[in-house]
Amino acid sequence: MTEGTAKKFMFVNRTAPYGTAYALESLEVVLISAAFDQDVSLVFIDDGVFQLKKGQQTKGIETKNFSPTYRALEGYDVEKLYVDQESLVARGLTEADLIVDVTVLPSRELGALMDEQDVVLSF
Amino acid sequence: MKFGILVNEGPYQHQASDSAYLFCKAALAKGHEIHRVFFYHDGVNNSTRLTEPPQDDRNIVSRWTKLAEAHGVDLVVCVAAALRRGIREENLAPGFRISGLGQLVESGIEADRLVVFGD
Repeated sequence: MTEGTAKKFMFVNRTAPYGTAYALESLEVVLISAAFDQDVSLVFIDDGVFQLKKGQQTKGIETKNFSPTYRALEGYDVEKLYVDQESLVARGLTEADLIVDVTVLPSRELGALMDEQDVVLSF
Repeated sequence: MKFGILVNEGPYQHQASDSAYLFCKAALAKGHEIHRVFFYHDGVNNSTRLTEPPQDDRNIVSRWTKLAEAHGVDLVVCVAAALRRGIREENLAPGFRISGLGQLVESGIEADRLVVFGD
C-alpha cells in the first residue's frame, strides 16, 4: 500500500501496564496495523506513560514483562511515539526514565495531532 | 455513512456493549451501514452462548445475534482475546465468528468512521 492510500491510525494509551489488559492488548493491535502498512502513531497519556517506564520488574506479580516490545516497534516501522508532557511531569518522570525515544508534547499539540487522524483507537 | 464498531468491554459489567448495540440500532434505522462490530478485550464475552441472564433482564448476547440476522452485521471476535478468556468456536452464539485483529484494522481502513465503545 502506498503512502497516499494508507490511513492515519493513532493508538491512545491511557492505562498503567499491568493493572488491566488494555496496554498489552493495545500493543497487539499496533503490531497488526503496522503489518497492514498503515501510518501508525502511538500516544501515551495519563497513567499510560508508565507503560514506557524503564526497569519494569514483573516477577512478583507473575505477569509477563512486555515492555521490551516497545523497543521492537522500530523494526515494524512504528516510529511515531508521543508522550503527553503534563502526564509525565505529574508522575515525576522525565524522558530519561523511558525505554524508547519519544516526542514529548504539550496536550494542546497532541490534540492538534489527534485532529489529523483518520482512526483513533483509545485503550 | 459506513460505520465500524469496536466493543472493548464485557456485557452486564459495563455499559459499553449496551451503548454499542443501541448505536448500531439507531444508525441502521437512519439508513447507515454497520460494516462490522469487532469485539476485543473483555468485549469478547459478548459472544458466548452460555450467557443466561435472569428472565426480566435484557439478553445482550441474543440481541447481537438478532442484529446480525436482521441486518447482516458482521460480528467478529478477536481470536487471541477470546482464547485467553475461554471463548471458542464451540461456545459462540449464532451470528458471531472468530477471526484475527486484522479484521479490526481492515474495518478502520474501510469504514468512514470507527467508533470505539469502552472505558
